[in-house]
Amino acid sequence: MIPRIGNSVLRSARSQLKSHSGPTYVASLSAFSRLLSSLAVLEQKDGKLLQGALGSVTAAQKLGGSITGFIAGSNIKAVAEEAAKVKGIEKIIAVDNASYDKGLPENYAPLLVENIKKGGFTHILAGHSAFGKSLMPRVAALLDVQQISDITAIEDEKTFVRPIYAGNAIATVESSDDIKVITIRGTAFAAAETEGGSASIEDGVDSNAECATEWVSEQLSKSDRPDLATAGKVVSGGRGLKSKEEFDRVMLPLADALGAAIGASRAAVDSGYADNSLQVGQTGKIVAPQLYLCAGISGAIQHLAGMKDSKVIAAINKDADAPIFQVADVGLVGDLFDKVPELTEKLNK
Amino acid sequence: MSGLRILVPIKRVIDYAVKPRVNKAQTAVETAGVKHSMNPFDELSIEESVRIREKKSFPHGVAEIIAFTAGPPKSADILRTAMAMGADRSIHVEFKDGEEIEPLGVAKLLQAVVKKEKIDLVVLGKQSIDDDSSQTGQMLAGLLNWPQATQASNVGFGGDKKITVEKEVDGGTETVRGTIPMIITTDLRLNEPRYASLPNIMKAKKKKIDKMSASDLGVDVARRLKTLKVIEPPPRQGGGKVEDVDGMIAKLKELGAI
Repeated sequence: MIPRIGNSVLRSARSQLKSHSGPTYVASLSAFSRLLSSLAVLEQKDGKLLQGALGSVTAAQKLGGSITGFIAGSNIKAVAEEAAKVKGIEKIIAVDNASYDKGLPENYAPLLVENIKKGGFTHILAGHSAFGKSLMPRVAALLDVQQISDITAIEDEKTFVRPIYAGNAIATVESSDDIKVITIRGTAFAAAETEGGSASIEDGVDSNAECATEWVSEQLSKSDRPDLATAGKVVSGGRGLKSKEEFDRVMLPLADALGAAIGASRAAVDSGYADNSLQVGQTGKIVAPQLYLCAGISGAIQHLAGMKDSKVIAAINKDADAPIFQVADVGLVGDLFDKVPELTEKLNK
Repeated sequence: MSGLRILVPIKRVIDYAVKPRVNKAQTAVETAGVKHSMNPFDELSIEESVRIREKKSFPHGVAEIIAFTAGPPKSADILRTAMAMGADRSIHVEFKDGEEIEPLGVAKLLQAVVKKEKIDLVVLGKQSIDDDSSQTGQMLAGLLNWPQATQASNVGFGGDKKITVEKEVDGGTETVRGTIPMIITTDLRLNEPRYASLPNIMKAKKKKIDKMSASDLGVDVARRLKTLKVIEPPPRQGGGKVEDVDGMIAKLKELGAI
């Protein structure tokens, strides 16, 4: 009971402070009764904090209110200390237990739910990554709330914007749930700065739930190139590349010349030219780099869903009527087997 | 143990090849007079279930494959398709046209059906291509406290009710092993769905569809999210074409992209 009272006193004190802070006066009226308190679920892998998940901290900053980070795994202290430096986080809840290393939702979800209930958080945020997608709906169901997936903007504490129909429509939705469980689109919220914060670290509750699945193995494609989801430049190839050998021969040097990540269309992935994890589109990765340069991609709506928020889109395609040219800032009609090597050579000069 | 009882939830959505248009009132996407089909990921779920039966992957066989949908009267069409592909019978939880049930509501309906039909395995698509939520399978797993394997690209069975699933994750694949009862959500690379043959379409007409309402199952599907508005995304203007590679480099420099 005592910590709970302490908490509510703190909260009302904070909301008092907030309501006198000028410009945020109106916004904080609704927060008066129940102040925002966000929990950002941070992803770690092999003792490293994943930068891709730090967009959830940025989103929490947009909501206002206090921000707590959550992290779990073995020997968690070092990662927790790293997370404590992330700007904007006040507190890190860390659970040190190797059972959470692989982020399996069967035990991670009950763990989160217990810590959410104990902390009285109003907003739970995670990246819309494979980890977030697998975990958060399970958490939402256990809390009996309707999750809001893959948001691209926050209007207020209960109103969120998200793309539907492969990004062909943008919906604004208002949640009536007490706890908002949210996954965020990484490309819409820049990662929070990893320096400048000084959060306190405390041990979370360990629910020690049984895990009904066991992790067997993983096969990750190793690459020295930038990560596709967060890269500043992406070079992407499609069916027009004709084979894996040609894909590698033509596209990889271009990516190297630009320092870009490699992406692919579904057709290229299905035909085995590129790895599944490189697929850009509605059902693959969503990217929004400074430059998206694609070759041999026609531009089906499912592909556009994954890249049309790129700052500059450049396309090389031999079909002058390909839909990709309707969105490309720079279009070049021509045979990619001539044009891409020429481009690579000229960029290397 | 007896044969597997598989439940395959499917959804009727606007056909994937149609470009959706937002209605004039900006309240929703226009659905009237637009071609609808089975959600592509759900076709993979049906296909996988039928293959488990055909390939006898599970040592005790498959007792029954039940297709399920929660949707308007016209959703019966996709249940027929599922049965033509090999599902044995169907359950249709009927809603009025335009009444959209959220993933949490669907998961609760499925939870009730799983109990009623003594289901051992639920195979769902990883997401529906209209709402793009990617939630229902995980929510159902949470409600039932069953293991889950999402974004499956390969499903294999071992002795003692074990299922090994290769999942597509960021950066590659991950393999997990669970025990039946279990939830699997399908990803694009899992299989290639078959076309229903004419004789099978005819046979499917004789298969049974049980119609029921949410209240028959004792489930409250009240929405938690209110859609305030739906708009078209800002259009992107193509910047036109350049003549050659030099033109492309010059334009990219001008735009500050390189």
